[in-house]
Formats: sequence, C-alpha cells, structure tokens
Amino acid sequence: MFDYAPAPEAKLASFQKSYGHFIGGKFTKPANLYPTINPATEEVLAEISHGTAKDVDLAVKSARAAYEKVWSKLSGAERGKYLYRIARIMQERARELAVAETLNNGKPIKETRDFDVPTAVSWFFYYAGWADKLDHAGLGHNPQALGVAAQVVPWNFPLMMLAWKIAPALAAGNTIVLKPSETTPLSALLFAEICQQAELPEGVVNIVTGFGDTGAALVGHKDVNKVAFTGSTEVGKIIAKQVAGSNKKVTLELGGKAANIVFDDAPIDQAIEGVINGIFFNQGHVCCAGSRLLIQESIHDEFIKKLKRRMSTLSLGDPMDKNTDVGAINSADQLAKIKKLVKKGVSEGGELWQPECKIPRNGFWFAPAIVDNVSPANTVAREEIFGPVLSVITFRTPAEAVTKANNTEYGLSAGIWTEKGSKMLKLADQLNAGVIWSNTFNQFDPTSPFGGFKESGYGREGGRQGLLSYLKAGK
Amino acid sequence: MRLDVKKTYKLFIAGKFPRSESGRSYQVKDSKANHVANVALASRKDVRDAVQAARAAQPGWAGASAYNRGQVLYRIAEMLEGRREQFITEISSLTGKTQKQADAEVSAAIDSWVWHAGWTDKIDSVAGSMNPVAGPYFNISTNQPTGVVGAFAPQGSALVGFVNTIAPAIVSGNTVVVVTSENLSLPALTLGEVLATSDLPGGVVNILSGKESELASWLVGHMDVNAVDLEGTSNPTELEISAANTVKRVIRPGTYLREGSKGNLQHILDLMEVKTVWHPKGH
Repeated sequence: MFDYAPAPEAKLASFQKSYGHFIGGKFTKPANLYPTINPATEEVLAEISHGTAKDVDLAVKSARAAYEKVWSKLSGAERGKYLYRIARIMQERARELAVAETLNNGKPIKETRDFDVPTAVSWFFYYAGWADKLDHAGLGHNPQALGVAAQVVPWNFPLMMLAWKIAPALAAGNTIVLKPSETTPLSALLFAEICQQAELPEGVVNIVTGFGDTGAALVGHKDVNKVAFTGSTEVGKIIAKQVAGSNKKVTLELGGKAANIVFDDAPIDQAIEGVINGIFFNQGHVCCAGSRLLIQESIHDEFIKKLKRRMSTLSLGDPMDKNTDVGAINSADQLAKIKKLVKKGVSEGGELWQPECKIPRNGFWFAPAIVDNVSPANTVAREEIFGPVLSVITFRTPAEAVTKANNTEYGLSAGIWTEKGSKMLKLADQLNAGVIWSNTFNQFDPTSPFGGFKESGYGREGGRQGLLSYLKAGK
Repeated sequence: MRLDVKKTYKLFIAGKFPRSESGRSYQVKDSKANHVANVALASRKDVRDAVQAARAAQPGWAGASAYNRGQVLYRIAEMLEGRREQFITEISSLTGKTQKQADAEVSAAIDSWVWHAGWTDKIDSVAGSMNPVAGPYFNISTNQPTGVVGAFAPQGSALVGFVNTIAPAIVSGNTVVVVTSENLSLPALTLGEVLATSDLPGGVVNILSGKESELASWLVGHMDVNAVDLEGTSNPTELEISAANTVKRVIRPGTYLREGSKGNLQHILDLMEVKTVWHPKGH
C-alpha cells in the first residue's frame, strides 16, 4: 500500500569468529562448534560452542564458588551497585545490542532499539534498587538467597529474557548459570562482555551456550538450587518432571493462546492497532501474543475489513530497515511449524487471508495472516502457533466471550476492548489469565508482575512478586 | 442398661455424606489396636465425583465476598468449639493422647480457623500491589485462587494437621478434595459434619478417607485439578512427575508446618495466582 525508500540501520555490532562459554569471568576456548545465523539472510554470524555436561558442571562449580566466597558475603547495597553498573553499560552499548539482537533474531530494528534493549535495561535498574531492601519483599526479616540459579531462556526476546532472569536473581543474592537459546546466543555473549566491563566478580554470572541437551544437563545438575525457564509448555513439563523430588525451586513461564476480546462498544481504531500489535509484534513470536481474536458477532465484518486494510500497510522485509514492521521468522524449524499448523487450520475449515507482500529470496518469512471462521475445536484455536497468525472467533454475549477465552489449557494473558469500565472489570475478574490488558496490549514493565495461570506456568517475573522467585524466608 | 448408638463414618462429597461408591470399608483401630469403626474406603470413582463437586463449587465460593468467606471460616471455628468434647474423645482414642493433649490439639485447630478467617479480606492488601509502571497506565496486581486443590493431610495428625491442610486452600476461594490420614481419619470425617453446619457451600471441601497410596495417582493425575498438596503422600516424587503433565502447582511434603504453627501466608499464596491488570490512563 505504501512504498518506502530503504532506511537501513548502521551495522554497529561486530562478532568474533567463534565464541566459547563464559565461565568464571572468562571465555573458554571455543569447541564443539555450530554456526549461528542471521535468519533474514541465512548468513553465518559466528561459530558457537555446543555446551557439554562437563561445561555445565564447570559453570555450576564456578557459580557455587562465587556464591560461597563472594556474592553471599556482599551487602545488598554493594550487589545493587553492580546491577546499576550493568544497566548503565547496557545503555552505553544500547545501539550495538539492538543491532546484534536484530541480526541474530530477525526481529525489526525498531523493536530491538525501542523495546527489547530499553526494557532489558529497565529490569536491571529496577532490581538494582531491591538488592538492599529485601526485608520488604514479603518474606519477613532477612530473607535468604537460594544459591545457584539455573536459567534457560528462549529465542524470542533473547536479551530481554536474560535480563528478566538475571536481574532479580542477582539482586536477591543468587549466582547464575544461564543458557541462551541455540539460535540466538549472541546478545548473551555480548552481555558476558558487559559483566567483565562492570567488573562483576568472576563466576557470579556464567553463560553456557548450546542446545536442549545442554539445558537438560544444567536443569538436572545436582548442585543447582533454583530452576527458571521460559519457553514452550512441552519443555516446561519435561523440566518440571526432571526436578521432581528435588529441593529445587522452580518457576516456569510457558506458552499461551491469548484471547483478545473486542466488544461492539470498543474504541474500534485503537482496538485495530491493539490487535495488530497483539499478534504481529515480533512476528507473533510472543508467548503472550493475542493469537485468538474474539470479536463480537455484530461488528465482525466491519472489523475484519479494517483489520485487513491495516495488515496491508505492514511492511515485511529487512529487519535492519528502520521502516520494517514484520521481520524474519527466527528459524527454518519455526517456519515449518507455522506453515504446518496454518495448513491444518485451513483443512479444518478456517479461511486464510494474507496481504500481498514481497517475500525476500533468502531467509525465513511468513506474511501476516488471519484465519477467519475458526471453530473452537480448530487446531489454530487451540495450539500455540508462535507466529504472525491471528485466529478469528466470534461471540455474542460477555458470558460467551469469557467461556471461549477460558476454553484453553493456557492462561498467560488476555485482552479486553470496551469503553465500559464495569464490563471490563468484571471480565478481568473472570478471565483465567495472569496478565490482562484492557484497551491496550503487550505492555511490560519491571514493576509489574508477569506470568501465567494453568499450563502457562507458575511463578512471576517483575515487581516485588518476581523477587520471591529467588528468595526463601530467613531462619 | 442402654446400648449406645454408634456413628457410621462416611465420606463428605458435595455437601452430602455418601458411602464409598465402591461399597468398600476399612477398619479403624484405636491406639491399643481395638476396633473403633468401619470407615468408607474411598475409590477412584469417589475421587472423580469429589473433583467434579469441587469444580462445580469453585466459582461460587471464589465469587463470594471476602467478608462472607471470612465469616464462614469463623463459623467453622464456632461449630468446632461447640463439639470440642467429641473431638477430644476421637483424638485421644486414636492417638493415645491424654485428654489434656487432645484438648490442646482441638484448641489449635479452632485457632487455626480463626487465624485463616481473618485473612480472607487482607490477602490483597498485603500481597497485592499497585505497580508504578513507566507509562500512562493504571496497573494493579491481585491474587486469585488457583481453582481446585487436591490435598493429602499429614498421616500423623488427627485433626490440626488436617485443618492446616484445608484452611490455607479454601481461605482464598479454592475448593479442595482432601484425603485424610488413613489411620487417624475419624476426626477429619467428623469435621465434615462441622463444615456441613457452618454455611460452607457444599463441594468447597470434599473429604475422602482411605489409602493415599491407592487414591493419590488418581487425584494428582486428574486433569481438572489445578494444584496438589503432597504433604501426606508416600511417593511424592512420582506424584510430582504426574502433576507436571498439566503443570499443576505442587506443595512438596515438609514445605509448611502442619502442627505447632498458627499458619503461613506463603502457604495461602502458593495456592493462588497473581493477576495483573493494565488499563490506559487518559481521556
């Protein structure tokens, strides 16, 4: 619909040819290498070490030693100052981090620059201030850190998820072994450099790169006290089983299939923007994405017409271009999964519509899609697609909207669009979801607890409540 | 001479007192191994019926005002106080405790109800938050009950451990299916009579007597249970693995004291979900 001249961001990030793990404050010698690519071009960015059980063991030992000898002996105030330092260095290197994230993840530069990196920084600033105020966390006087935290983070917001995990854990006094996703390790490795620049005591943060087996070795390590995982419900269940019977404290932030409910009395133009943001932000690679549009039947035709018009203006292409709205799908595997689920949804009666758009020759791409006329039993109404695909379901009454919205094993988030406050508040009470966005969507803040009901996981990230995931009551 | 009239000890499901659907019973003995009663031996079908009753009762109980729930819990304390003698007799018979020790246990159970009754309308004041987000949004986090809780009361406690298992679950609006101690089940079953006369809606607490080893896999594996309290179980690791199939919230054995403690807010919160609501501020 609109044509823009190219507006590429400068490539202000460079990578080493290969990376080892970050253990005990130093990078290990690269070994057992696999390539990490730019999903928008399929160009290799660097070679990454696939961590073994031995690497994990070294990292856990390093974290344990740092916990016993250094970190648990520091005052909260001093711990907090390290976190402030990290936040400041991240701000100084913000553009570089944004570029690195976009290159490795495929998401638009405007998102990494304006959302991922600033949000990651804000998490460190927020939890820095908690480090010397733990008596106010809600567990009574002098609560204790858990010890060594094993943290496994996904590829959809690599740096932001790292910040959500590391900042509260350090503030509470834990030391860390973190494993980034195999497809997006680069921002975590840049973060390791930031830890060095901040002169964070060695071993307080350790980063081991690798695949699922690396993560399993970390989660299952005997000397880990805490497991924090963000990722699929499928893997979350495996982790919950793996830690069963141990004393490890667990928090899981898993999948979702959020309903974005639009009533006929909604501010329609804002709702269109909210629905677009809800599902096409970050190519729909968002656990809390508003992937089910529940639209009141009386406004279905008008709303879908407007939605399609708005979708036609989304610009898909080079993630490094400042005008790009929809970037690359993160991996070939993820693209195959999206295609398979959409095909299934169509075979089950869904009506697929995608705007005309030029798909780049290299890389992994999926044009924004809506699947209309979806029955509650349709695969695209039930399964998390984790892509830019919106399933459209209608309802007539608020009660029907609640029933349909809650008709899922998931319970991470939900959206409500209505100008009527009393209706909104009642629905917010009735929806089984950990985060409710009313007349807005996909808002995040370090002061605000985030996490799910039901099979979307347990535990919270953000706010005072998020701190409790890393503390126990004092004796 | 007059022959006394003995009580038939039955299950408590959906506010009613059925025998086990299986028709089975087992013998409960006193501390000197004498026969005391034949008690319903709950089955898999009883577990399912109880979960169904708990699910049906949950929205209504959670939807009751906190003030109302608090008064109901306080009423339980009142009713329990009124039947103190009966509980003392049962506890001392089963455990061999002296009258004085049994009396202290009943007092602790009553006080636990009073303590929990006071929490209903304070949880969100203490554990909720208004979040100062960096944008023009009204942002609030409240705590909501997780839903249906499957619980296993400690095997070694006749009354107070049972109360400290169900009270933290129902105080916030959860409903519960609870398996009693196998050998010390009588006071728990008698407590069902107290609950039935305390304005507690039917189905909020469902009490099953029997073998935890037989019932646990069905209750913990039930798809419509949101959280499990494994305190009284003998194979908690296996059960925790089963609970992971639907990402149930799990309280591991030994996490919270069930005797000698007045209660723990964190125990209550472990069976609740934080819900955060955002709304723009503007015109």
